[in-house]
Amino acid sequence: MADDHALAGLGERFEGPNTVGSGRGFWVALAVAAAALFAYPSLTSIYQATQLSRYLVAAFLALSLAFVWGYAGILSFGQNAFYGLAAYAFAVTVGNLASPLGTTAAAAVAVGFGALASLVLGYFMFYGGVRDVYVTITTLVVTVVLNTYGTTASQVFVGSVNLGGDTGVGISDVVLGAGPVTVTLVQPLTYYVIAGLLVATYLGLRVFVNSDFGRVMVAIREDEDRAEMFGYDVKFRKLVVFTIGGGLAGLGGVLYMFQSYSVTPETVFSAAAAALPVVWVSVGGRKTLLGPIIAAVAIEWVRTAAAVQFPEVARIGVGLLMIVSILLLPEGAVPGVRSVYGYFDRHGLVDGSRRATERVRHTLRRTLLGWLPGAENGPEVARE
Amino acid sequence: MVNGLNLAFQYLQQFSVLVLAAVGLAIIFGIMGVINLAHGEFIMVGAYATVFGYHDLGLPLLASMGLAVVVTAAFGFVVERLLIKRTYGRLFDSMVVTLGLSLVLSQGMLVLRGTSEPSIPTPFGTITYGAFSQSLYKVALALVAVGVLAVVYWLFTQTAYGVRARATIQNEEMSRALGVTTERVYSQTFAIGSALAGLTGALLAPLVSVNPTMGGTYLVKSFVVVVVGGPSVVLGTGLSGGLLGAVDAGVTYFYDQTMGSIVLLVVTVFVIRFFQDGITGFVERARDRLAAEGA
Repeated sequence: MADDHALAGLGERFEGPNTVGSGRGFWVALAVAAAALFAYPSLTSIYQATQLSRYLVAAFLALSLAFVWGYAGILSFGQNAFYGLAAYAFAVTVGNLASPLGTTAAAAVAVGFGALASLVLGYFMFYGGVRDVYVTITTLVVTVVLNTYGTTASQVFVGSVNLGGDTGVGISDVVLGAGPVTVTLVQPLTYYVIAGLLVATYLGLRVFVNSDFGRVMVAIREDEDRAEMFGYDVKFRKLVVFTIGGGLAGLGGVLYMFQSYSVTPETVFSAAAAALPVVWVSVGGRKTLLGPIIAAVAIEWVRTAAAVQFPEVARIGVGLLMIVSILLLPEGAVPGVRSVYGYFDRHGLVDGSRRATERVRHTLRRTLLGWLPGAENGPEVARE
Repeated sequence: MVNGLNLAFQYLQQFSVLVLAAVGLAIIFGIMGVINLAHGEFIMVGAYATVFGYHDLGLPLLASMGLAVVVTAAFGFVVERLLIKRTYGRLFDSMVVTLGLSLVLSQGMLVLRGTSEPSIPTPFGTITYGAFSQSLYKVALALVAVGVLAVVYWLFTQTAYGVRARATIQNEEMSRALGVTTERVYSQTFAIGSALAGLTGALLAPLVSVNPTMGGTYLVKSFVVVVVGGPSVVLGTGLSGGLLGAVDAGVTYFYDQTMGSIVLLVVTVFVIRFFQDGITGFVERARDRLAAEGA
């Protein structure tokens, strides 16, 4: 009894109106999923674990965007820029301090650099009264500047490291440690580190968005002026959110370096790179944390496979996915799945499917007719 | 050594490119509040249609350019009906949809036509002075840019469409109550904005290399001009094209093109920070202050 009570008290902090999933069933399912994640390398091969760890790194970037966009309403095209800046900062620091202690410090420096970059940019924007789409445009412009600069900085040295222009910066390996204790990060150890951090980050963010601060974030997302009228310091809160988001993206950038060993402007600062996090988050469901993770892993998995088979079509697929997901599933897949589950839960399987087919048919007819100019309200008028 | 005439030509070209690329985006953003992240790709479509008309159909250059404008306007109309219409009032969603569209368009064009197009000879010949020569087409381009601004001004102040469009910006619900079909205004506006993007692509086709990724460059340029220009389409685009053209041309002339783009973008970030409503917002406030003092 006492244990149950303690567990319930613990559960409360992880559950709330701002996250999908609650109750014993959900947590058991999540534990099973996490166990499967950790068992994956021993069930398959090191090669496959390496592949999956790339997609898991993408999930950090997705979480960072879901946090700032989905929960605080700041659509940023700069998350991948912070991710890239951290990756560059890590490579440059490792190149200058080639020792296990230096590498450990580099990881902290790089995450801090991602957070610092977003703090500076965020301060400039939020305290300068930049809002809504202008924030989005500013972040996009910053990403473009970094891309332009990154591709041409072929003879720019930071300490002894050349930024390398198009070819970017590389490191040879990742050896963490201090003094006599050192650990060389190789697969599948890197995989376990990334998976462990991902689970921890997810749970940490769940607590955060369900806290009082998280509730204020959602209030700002829903109506910034009203939140301000209630006496909340909206600028400060947005700056905190944006900085944490930048730090999260920075963590993703460091983990990216842990297993890719090199970074180029094309992979982190290009327009296509800026678009990807937006795709993952909008497909998965931006007002959830689980959706972006699942979408990032699934989309990267398919995209990588498609890029090998049909390299030209992969980007068309990404673009189409963005369009289709916004038009058909504006809230994203995970809330969609939840509402489908709720629908059948209410109506029963047989009655529910009959109603659903009727609704799909009606929607399709309205959509098709809606494409013709001047027929906006055709079916509705006919029905009345 | 600084060569004044070379710098002037550089300036004319930057000015015309900035104004032409931005005016369509400014109209769509100003009236519909939609940020079309595929605007650069609409310019690309215009350039491709021109190349297609000129080389594949063997039309004269002027007819190819006309074809490009018609094709892009029709394309914009279809896109508005199919996609944009569904995202009204959902600003961020419209950005995501148009960003997706831009990926589809640039990559689709790559699959369809490959990485490069045959070039179109630049018309009007060149002017030679000393060891330098410059294309007269650049002068024509600047004249067209100013002409386009004049036509847009006329369109919004002198035509029935312009009145309806301005009414829709000021108060959409009231306009509807007074019998303006705002849906149609939006549809027409998007088509006009797209036609201007097509015209930009057509005019640039003889001057730049036409390829599937050219849209990205112009998207950023046009954004920058719209943001710096502020709410007034004609005055804002003209003034900010003039200012940013000078910045871009000057830095490009004394350093290099990359530095030019970087400085352009940095200037924009500063303008967003200090003048939210851009140049015209600043001008308006100054005018209001003067009027208040005079009264």
